[in-house]
Amino acid sequence: MIAYINGRKRVLAEDDLGKNLLSFLRDELGLTGAKNGCGIGACGACTVLVNNRPVRSCRKAVADIVDANVLTIEGLAREDGSLHPLQQAFADAGAIQCGFCTPGMVLTAHALLLANHEPTRAEIRRAISGNLCRCTGYQQIIDAIESAAKFYR
Amino acid sequence: MSEKHKAWRNDAYAKVTGRAQYAGDLRFHGMLHAVPVYTDFVHARIRRIDAAAALRSPGVVRVITARDVPGSVTFGQILRDYRMLADDKVRFNGDVAAVVVAETRERAIAVIPLVKIEAEELPPLLDPDEAMKPGAPLVHEGHGSNVVNHHKVRRGDAAAALRACDHVIEQEFRTQLIEHAYLETETAVAVPRPDGVTEIYASTQHPFSTRRFVAALLGVPLADVEVRTVPIGGGFGGKDDTVSVVAARAALAAKLTGRPVRIAYDREWSMRESYKRHPYRIRYRMGFSSSGRIEACEVRVVADAGAYCSVTPWVTWRSTVQCCGPYDVPNVHCDVYGVYTNNVVTGAMRGFGSPQINFAVEQLVEMAAERCGMSATEFRKRNMVRQGSVTITGQKLDTHTVSLEQALDSTLRGIGYHGKHAKCSFGKSGSDELYGIGYAISYRGMSLGAEGMDFNSAVINVQFDGSILLEAAVHENGQGAESAMVLICAEQLGVDKQRIRYRMPSTANIPDGGTTVASRGTIMGGGAVANAARALKARLAELLAAKLECPPDRVRFSNDRILGADDVHALTWPEAMQQLFLAQEYPYSFGTFKAPQVSWDEHTGQGKAYFTWVYGCQAVELTVNKRTGRVKLLGMSATHEVGKAVNHAMVLGQFYGGMAMGTGYALFEEIHNDGGLVRNANFNHYRIPRATDLPEMTGIIIENPDPNSPTGAKGVGEPTNELMAPAIANAIYNATGVRHFSLPIRVRPLTGEERA
Repeated sequence: MIAYINGRKRVLAEDDLGKNLLSFLRDELGLTGAKNGCGIGACGACTVLVNNRPVRSCRKAVADIVDANVLTIEGLAREDGSLHPLQQAFADAGAIQCGFCTPGMVLTAHALLLANHEPTRAEIRRAISGNLCRCTGYQQIIDAIESAAKFYR
Repeated sequence: MSEKHKAWRNDAYAKVTGRAQYAGDLRFHGMLHAVPVYTDFVHARIRRIDAAAALRSPGVVRVITARDVPGSVTFGQILRDYRMLADDKVRFNGDVAAVVVAETRERAIAVIPLVKIEAEELPPLLDPDEAMKPGAPLVHEGHGSNVVNHHKVRRGDAAAALRACDHVIEQEFRTQLIEHAYLETETAVAVPRPDGVTEIYASTQHPFSTRRFVAALLGVPLADVEVRTVPIGGGFGGKDDTVSVVAARAALAAKLTGRPVRIAYDREWSMRESYKRHPYRIRYRMGFSSSGRIEACEVRVVADAGAYCSVTPWVTWRSTVQCCGPYDVPNVHCDVYGVYTNNVVTGAMRGFGSPQINFAVEQLVEMAAERCGMSATEFRKRNMVRQGSVTITGQKLDTHTVSLEQALDSTLRGIGYHGKHAKCSFGKSGSDELYGIGYAISYRGMSLGAEGMDFNSAVINVQFDGSILLEAAVHENGQGAESAMVLICAEQLGVDKQRIRYRMPSTANIPDGGTTVASRGTIMGGGAVANAARALKARLAELLAAKLECPPDRVRFSNDRILGADDVHALTWPEAMQQLFLAQEYPYSFGTFKAPQVSWDEHTGQGKAYFTWVYGCQAVELTVNKRTGRVKLLGMSATHEVGKAVNHAMVLGQFYGGMAMGTGYALFEEIHNDGGLVRNANFNHYRIPRATDLPEMTGIIIENPDPNSPTGAKGVGEPTNELMAPAIANAIYNATGVRHFSLPIRVRPLTGEERA
């Protein structure tokens, strides 16, 4: 069994299938960008994309990613380390404070913009409503996502 | 986006790529995992803790109780009453009786039920008013009373003035218990070092406090503990005592096992154990003349401190100093009590004793205005503090610009208040939606005031190639403290900010600068950076004057260059630094900033409480559905005086985040305290604002550089989180005609008759 994680093929062992996806990513693959904020799928800090759709990795098992493309925050920047335009927009708009929600927020926004190249601010609010942020009041996050939309067109 | 308004953060890249390493992301060879063991009790005398069965379980390395503590099991920032491990009694349901240390976190959690705790249950004290009564059982026998503290203000003769004035409004207000809800839970890693030092990586906003808790539990000198800075996932005042206690337990486990130990809290543990915002019971009697002048205030506040003191005396002191809001009141009689109960501990939270008070005062002034037949704005303007006013504690406001009226006018103009106020429904509307607009104003004493030691330090250490290592004793909580320090340093030295690397400080290489709370990071840390930069420039000017062929006082620092009196004699920054090294001179500077003198008389409640103040105003538009009571927010606007905006976008980030958090306080958030148990201990039942709950927000920054601050900048973190609850309450009144005196506000749907 295989999965593609950040574009790289990875063979999954039988033993891995029952494991919690968030723990697997963090503890076994060292992809610690996904965070555990609540452990019950309520805060969105653990969000990763599976086939371009946001999922709460704390509520998923490794079995759920068999044959799938998984994108974590570590896979969004370019190979040379330069930022994806969406990431740059987050930095420029002041959308980052403590940074704990940022990986999940960026990935949720990425999924939205892949599907909808011209979202309204209300659509952006709805798309990120499952990602909690306690620092920003979301205002500059929405600004960032809105300004990055043009890069997806 | 213009360059001025573009955000800049030194940590943006690390955070937006997921590379930032928080405490829970760190791994050390041989690391063990520890978890807390709670009890089933709220108040009980501990008889015996039996860990034998747990210890026999595979993977379990150690079970630690109070008996294993080599130092002091109790500690605290003010009173040393906090049991880092419960010894004699369980005082609240979040007390930890034991810590299980195991090879994996899963194994540690699995054996928690095997630790048996025998205790004699005691009746819990859950009501602070009951707990204050003489003869009530004591939460802390040694304290002699359940009253933690009693602060007063005595000014003029409030009783006589109340008897004499035209109108008196008497009203009680209640505010609720709320959670900081930082997205990262308490996490700490302790690493025993070969030299005997215990190294700590923790999600703390006060590394020096964490060091004190750890050193106390281990019974070692402060120098034997080093707390290293790591990014933290939010603080809001909440990442101090609790995470420090967690770090201390990890340190003890590391000491006893000789291995690194991590404790990473589940959300449920965090919400059960961590301290919260104080619930207040507030009683006001406000007297005023028919012409709209406030003559007197009688105030009584009872704050539920929960089981341990934490910083209750400081939180309630700010409430005392600011008990009449930003108004000039000639006669004041105020009593504020912090009271022990067996409820969850309360302590510091962004706003720190002001959100509760403002919720009351900013409604009272509108009620009084209505009684006088006057607009709320006119009433406020007749009573608000102005340049040269004397506060209720006798402090003359003449050392900075008092910009309260400016903040008020700016917000109301920005949101179009006056036109919109006329359209408010006041309970009457043809449709189901009732419309309201409302606002609130405040002043806020900056930094710690007479709470205690208030000073900070910074080190600028320039390297041979001109690159700069900067550190200051302030902590990056997410607000952008590091970036602010870098920007201040760059501006002062006239160098490109990219030359500066903020060296994340450890408690072992910078003096104790206190905690990064009280909106004091920029004013205190930035003050120290500015003073360090000025000292460095003075020294550089002296050393380079001859080369630049001008007297030292004519040397200029600009655009990455050091210039003489003309533009001909100039050195690039790196050239200058190399010359200094070749002359065997270090371009190194240590700067401090001590808060200007403050004073306080505990008996009269008079004194110069804070060395400077900030002013703000927030407004909100909303609708209330008659049938459902549902509140829909349409827009919010804020104006705050900041002295000087160091990082424009991050200042606005504080505005927006503060308005959002204030909205949660007003409408959504409440810890369900059921007989001392926290019932809603995760985000599925504790609701913080989501993107869809909030409207578009705007912010207006007022800059009147403050002569008391070396940079002119003040603080912005907390003033933004102390106004939205009363603004929403006032808007809901203007929509429905109904006042709400307790938080969170639950609007009752109108009955068919009322709707008609």
